[in-house]
Amino acid sequence: MSVLETVQRLQLAYIRAIDDDQLEAWPGFFTDACLYRVTHRADYEAGRPFGMIYADSQGMLADRVSSLRSVNIYEAQTYRHVINPPWLIDEMPDVADVRAETGFIIARIMQTGELTLFASGRYVDRIDLTGPTPKFIEKTVVLDSPVIDTLLALPF
Amino acid sequence: MREHTVSVQWPSNGLTEIPFELYSSVSQYELEVERIYKGPAWSYLGLLGALTNPGDYFTTFIGETSVIVVLGEDGEPRGFVNRCVHRGAMLCLAPRGNVDRFTCVYHAWSYDLQGRLASVAFQGGIKGQGGMPRDFDLGHYRLREFRVEAYCGLLFGTFERTAPPLEDYLGERVAQFIQRVMCKPVRVIGENVQRLPNNWKLYIENVKDSYHASILHTFFTTFRLNRLTQAGEIVVDESGGNHVSYSKTDTSHDNRDYDRGKLRSSRHDYLLADPAVIDSVDEFGDGIGVQILSVFPSFVLQQVRNSIALRQILPRGPAATELRWTYLGFEDDDEAMTLRRLRQGNLVGPAGYISMEDGAIGGFVQRGIRGVEEDQGIVTMGGVDATSSPSRVTEASVRGFWKKYRALMDD
Repeated sequence: MSVLETVQRLQLAYIRAIDDDQLEAWPGFFTDACLYRVTHRADYEAGRPFGMIYADSQGMLADRVSSLRSVNIYEAQTYRHVINPPWLIDEMPDVADVRAETGFIIARIMQTGELTLFASGRYVDRIDLTGPTPKFIEKTVVLDSPVIDTLLALPF
Repeated sequence: MREHTVSVQWPSNGLTEIPFELYSSVSQYELEVERIYKGPAWSYLGLLGALTNPGDYFTTFIGETSVIVVLGEDGEPRGFVNRCVHRGAMLCLAPRGNVDRFTCVYHAWSYDLQGRLASVAFQGGIKGQGGMPRDFDLGHYRLREFRVEAYCGLLFGTFERTAPPLEDYLGERVAQFIQRVMCKPVRVIGENVQRLPNNWKLYIENVKDSYHASILHTFFTTFRLNRLTQAGEIVVDESGGNHVSYSKTDTSHDNRDYDRGKLRSSRHDYLLADPAVIDSVDEFGDGIGVQILSVFPSFVLQQVRNSIALRQILPRGPAATELRWTYLGFEDDDEAMTLRRLRQGNLVGPAGYISMEDGAIGGFVQRGIRGVEEDQGIVTMGGVDATSSPSRVTEASVRGFWKKYRALMDD
């Protein structure tokens, strides 16, 4: 499989885990020391480090999942991600640190049946392809808009 | 003034029965624009630190009105309605920038940094034809200005000449608690916006409601970030409109009152895999772990451990509110402190472990009252008045909100 195909399969598996409510599998897509951050275009371009969700370990990702499952209160909802094919930043990528950008839009479906376009943006990723399964070293979710409707519960 | 409109009628002169109609009535909302947002209340605008050089400006809102805040040649911040006097078009389209003059894109009328009309395109016509009347006087026109004052680097504005000076409006104790956090130069580490499906008053009431915090927000209680058994205080200013609720960090393990109440929010079985998210330091040296402060009608200053944020509450019609978050650090933060703030940032904002529920709860009320607005809510926890108290098992600051509200709104 080419690097591009491997990255694309990883992205598809990643969004499938979230859209199919397999959140417990979500932290496993990352290396142990990792950085997952949800930001938006204006903050990203201004170099501001804040993330609506900010996790710099697999443990923090797992905590996000268990908090969503058993602590936080929010109405039942699901997402549907639609992603572009990834764009590889380097023509000859370093397989231990592949840099890729992948555009997405996310629909949110509430338990009432209300369906909205919830988010659009791009994943700015660094991926390690050297292990038995490819993993994200870093995933920066750069939303196109700084506005979140109501709340952000499930990860992007 | 919309003097033909009258306020929703209250069941009594008290502060404990809140007509649900207040959250949905279109005419009440229109009256709030006149009597609160254009009345003698100070609305939060933004950070003074965003304006460095003369001509630096940002745009924001007072209520739903688009406004410009600009630094003059004299170093003074001034506020203008973001509207050309000619045909009413918006002057500034960008959220921030630097200008010598504000020029309207529609017909190129331009204004100096003090809001004075400086020039009008084709004022003298072309080849002696057209143009403005000979007696047209530029000096007669200026942008609609409002008062701007700063406290601890926070800019507030009001349209009303008779509003008291900002510091008097805040009240001595509330001002002290602003100073406690805004004690040195700040750095913005992020911003975002949350769109809430509810009336603006439901959000500000939620901010002032210390009763709910440890019940709705399980995360708070589980990790002892804020429990009502912790030492603390509710401070309500004399007007009722401004408040502070704070609590000291608690390391005791007394769960009896929480266990007796069988609260969903008290869970002994829940542990974090990576507790770095709540690993904090007592940066102000006074043991206060949580401080929530509000200034009527639109401002919240929050310190949850080392997570510091400003919230601007903007009404967007009777059933919608925009909540603008600004996350802060200090200019002298080292790397470890910045990382602490970023990790603890998980507690707040639209995806916050603690604040997530606040994004939805106002909508639950807005949907719950629909079609049955003739009834009233009850706000009697901790008594009937709106005064400061050492107990946070009270709705005193919610009653304070209604005291201030009624003082401005009642016919």
